[in-house]
Amino acid sequence: MKWLDRQRCLMDFTLSCVWRRKGKNLGFLLVYTLIIFVVCSVIFFSNALRRQADAVLHDAPEMIVQKMMAGRQELMPLAHQEDIASIRGVRSVEPRVWGYYFHPATQTNYTLIGRKDFRHGDDAVEVGQGVLRTWGAVQEDKLYFRMVDGKALDLKIAATFSAATDLVSADLIMMSQATFRRLTGMPDQFATDFSVRVRNPQECTTIAEKITGIVPGARPILREEIVRTYSALFNWRSGYMIVILSAAILAFCISAWDKATGLSAEEKAEIGILKGVGWGTSDILGMKFWEGMTVSLAAFFAGVIGAYIHVFFFSAPFFEHALKGWSILYPSFRLRPEVNLFELAVLFFLTVVPYTFITIIPIWRVSVTDPDLVMRQG
Amino acid sequence: MILSPAIIALEAGAVLAAGYAAYASAMAMQIIQGWDIASGSEQQLLLEKKTYLISTIFAWLMAYQIISLFLFSYTAENLHDLFVGAMCAAGSLNVNDYGYPTLVLKAFNCLLCGIWLIVNRTDNSVADYPLIKPKYKLLIGIAVLLLIEAIFQTTYFVQMKADVITSCCGMLFSETEETVAGGLAALPSYPTKVIFYLSVLITLRVGIHHYRTGRAALVYSLSAAWLLILSIAAVISFIAPHFYELPGHHCPFCILQREYHYIGYPLYLALFTGGIAGLGVGVIDRFKGSPSLHAAGPLLQKHLCLLSMIGYMLFAVISVYPMIFSDFRLEGY
Amino acid sequence: MIELSQVSKVFNPGRHNAFTALHGIDLSIKTGGVTVFKGPSGSGKTTLLSVIGCMARPTTGRIFLDGTEITGLPERFATLTRRQTFGFIFQNYNLIRGLTVLENTMIPAYPTGRNYQEIRQRALELLEKLKIESKVPMKVEHLSGGEQQRTAIARALINDPAVVIADEPTAHLDTELSMELLEIVNDLKNEGKTILVASHDPLIFESTAVDRVVSLRDGKMIDQETPR
Repeated sequence: MKWLDRQRCLMDFTLSCVWRRKGKNLGFLLVYTLIIFVVCSVIFFSNALRRQADAVLHDAPEMIVQKMMAGRQELMPLAHQEDIASIRGVRSVEPRVWGYYFHPATQTNYTLIGRKDFRHGDDAVEVGQGVLRTWGAVQEDKLYFRMVDGKALDLKIAATFSAATDLVSADLIMMSQATFRRLTGMPDQFATDFSVRVRNPQECTTIAEKITGIVPGARPILREEIVRTYSALFNWRSGYMIVILSAAILAFCISAWDKATGLSAEEKAEIGILKGVGWGTSDILGMKFWEGMTVSLAAFFAGVIGAYIHVFFFSAPFFEHALKGWSILYPSFRLRPEVNLFELAVLFFLTVVPYTFITIIPIWRVSVTDPDLVMRQG
Repeated sequence: MILSPAIIALEAGAVLAAGYAAYASAMAMQIIQGWDIASGSEQQLLLEKKTYLISTIFAWLMAYQIISLFLFSYTAENLHDLFVGAMCAAGSLNVNDYGYPTLVLKAFNCLLCGIWLIVNRTDNSVADYPLIKPKYKLLIGIAVLLLIEAIFQTTYFVQMKADVITSCCGMLFSETEETVAGGLAALPSYPTKVIFYLSVLITLRVGIHHYRTGRAALVYSLSAAWLLILSIAAVISFIAPHFYELPGHHCPFCILQREYHYIGYPLYLALFTGGIAGLGVGVIDRFKGSPSLHAAGPLLQKHLCLLSMIGYMLFAVISVYPMIFSDFRLEGY
Repeated sequence: MIELSQVSKVFNPGRHNAFTALHGIDLSIKTGGVTVFKGPSGSGKTTLLSVIGCMARPTTGRIFLDGTEITGLPERFATLTRRQTFGFIFQNYNLIRGLTVLENTMIPAYPTGRNYQEIRQRALELLEKLKIESKVPMKVEHLSGGEQQRTAIARALINDPAVVIADEPTAHLDTELSMELLEIVNDLKNEGKTILVASHDPLIFESTAVDRVVSLRDGKMIDQETPR
């Protein structure tokens, strides 16, 4: 295996060269790693969010039916529950009662959910940890609400959601449906929307069509459509981040070009010596190939491992806000570590491929140094 | 236009690849015009140096082309949930008229780059570089195809529009949009199986004959080319369904997924190895007339023939595997 | 046997700084023995050596190595010939700083596709023969001039070339070290190697080890003399 032996020797020599100039290579390696780290974090993070959204939506009802009037959402009359339930293929129709509560003292919005089977009674609430933190003065386990008619309402905190669900439940206040209606003034014969479960998910479209016929102004939202929208959203957001980052990638490529072009006199002399003692152009190209490989792989692994830790252990503190945008993705999640080949291939394409292509020409330029140069310099 | 990292990566890659191919073909033009191996002039020395640059660029383009082919089909797979009715990559590729042509071009360019590298290798093995002009003419052709591929791919992505909810209107997309057909026409499985495995046997037989005697290179190359096309039909017709264990699922892309242990990668890589090396045997045969290639040509052909046979054997073994080790039977449905 | 016929070399032809380094050289060098090219600097000695050693292509003329023409070889094949046939010792030694004596010695063998261990073994043997085996793990920049010279010689011999080319090998050596070098050259000659030296050091071209002296001036051969 002549070829293998040759590669082994070239690699050996290259590694010793890279190691010899470690100080000089380290700075560049750091920049390279940083670029891969940032791009990789974006990709990991957005794909993890997308997967989480898929997972959350997996258990969601097949369809939500809202009522629209003049392009605005309005309350859904409970009277339609029976109409929808009677459509063939519909398994259940559940009215949902929920909304937001603005707490003037701390200028904060909270999510209110009214549950039919609330187990703590009509003068109690169950709240998330975040509510306790932000509400301000909580006296005797009681929260003070201002009802829709301006009167005060004291509700006892019967329970709190565990810290583990904090990401989902931080700003959540749950109460009975009766209390919800008392607090917000939502009339008894209305709900916020319906969640509809169907027997065969493939019939969703037909059922949705029938619902629009029965309930005037109905706007059915299919789970499938939500999934699609989330997908597009995450694709778009991470794509947008990459576009922003492309300036950084470009700057990196220029520095790679610069590094490959602006070899020090010492390095140039070395290549001259190698050619002088009998190395050919292909051998120099081979050596430079291994050099590029070494640097790229080192940066790639370091960057990917860094991004993995950043995203899955620390939930990507660096650009959580840019990608998550909590108003759009309301239920937030703890990210489940998962990486697939596709993400790595994309990352490879965005970083290593441009680096490699950018350095081809400068490398070729040094590799064709005339072998008699060492002689001529005398 | 959908702006996902994968699309940006593919687009940036296509621009780079087409740009470098164009650059290489500009140099190729100079070489075709000014090449004079007998001369020691500086002009000739410079051209010789440039051949190294072109070879390097194409070696990288080949590597790029292979990864890009897989990334492209994977991206199509990844985007399928943006389109109503698209169940996998086959559906996403169908959302407009440019998906499949781009894929086919990518695969074709992959083959061509491989063949070019083989011709280049042959040419470099003898000191008078007998194939220098045909080699660089072929290269200009490939550069044009790479450019077309980049244009097709861009058009495919630009014309893509995700079916998403818009909050301003309550219309259902599902209602009005026509669904995207995800199925691919499949040949009947049983006859295809028979023809495919027969063809594998014949190709191997011819290959062994060529390996032993050095004759029938063209016959081997032709049967390798035929097998390449047949293999793709076979993947759609019965190989993929055997991996899915679903008689109606013919998609040639889903086997690239994790659910099927990424089996598509070795499968397609083996196929491409078999195909490119097999075609290479025939291409060298065409140039064997050159006197300096008299010794080097046949030797290279033998090596390529062996490589090609190994590729096809691997492909056949992988395709047989699920038929033996799974209870699933395709026939009878 | 190396034969040159009407070899000329022009640098930067057609430009205002065009410079003819060699003018129609006709020369034939037999296998074995030491040939010295002497002449003032700029006389074309070094260019002649690099043309013979397949490092540079002559502008016109032809060169034959053991009857095979090597003039028109493209770089890929010229390099191959050069690696198999020639070993080079440069004026400034041109060792690579930061690498050890052993690594420097092994460098020319890396692209040959020989086994790494085999190359290493060969390098160690050579360094032992040249009596610097104790310096093997040292970086070359810590060596004395004579040791650097020996490392450079070991490097030239790693591929076991038939011809050793040395360009001004004594330029940076004192008399004692120059004499040592001549001894080594004599040993190589006795092993049957062909040795080509460019030098304007009288110590070299007046040495008894030298079989033939070729004088150059302004890129032309002026006379040949054969001592002994």
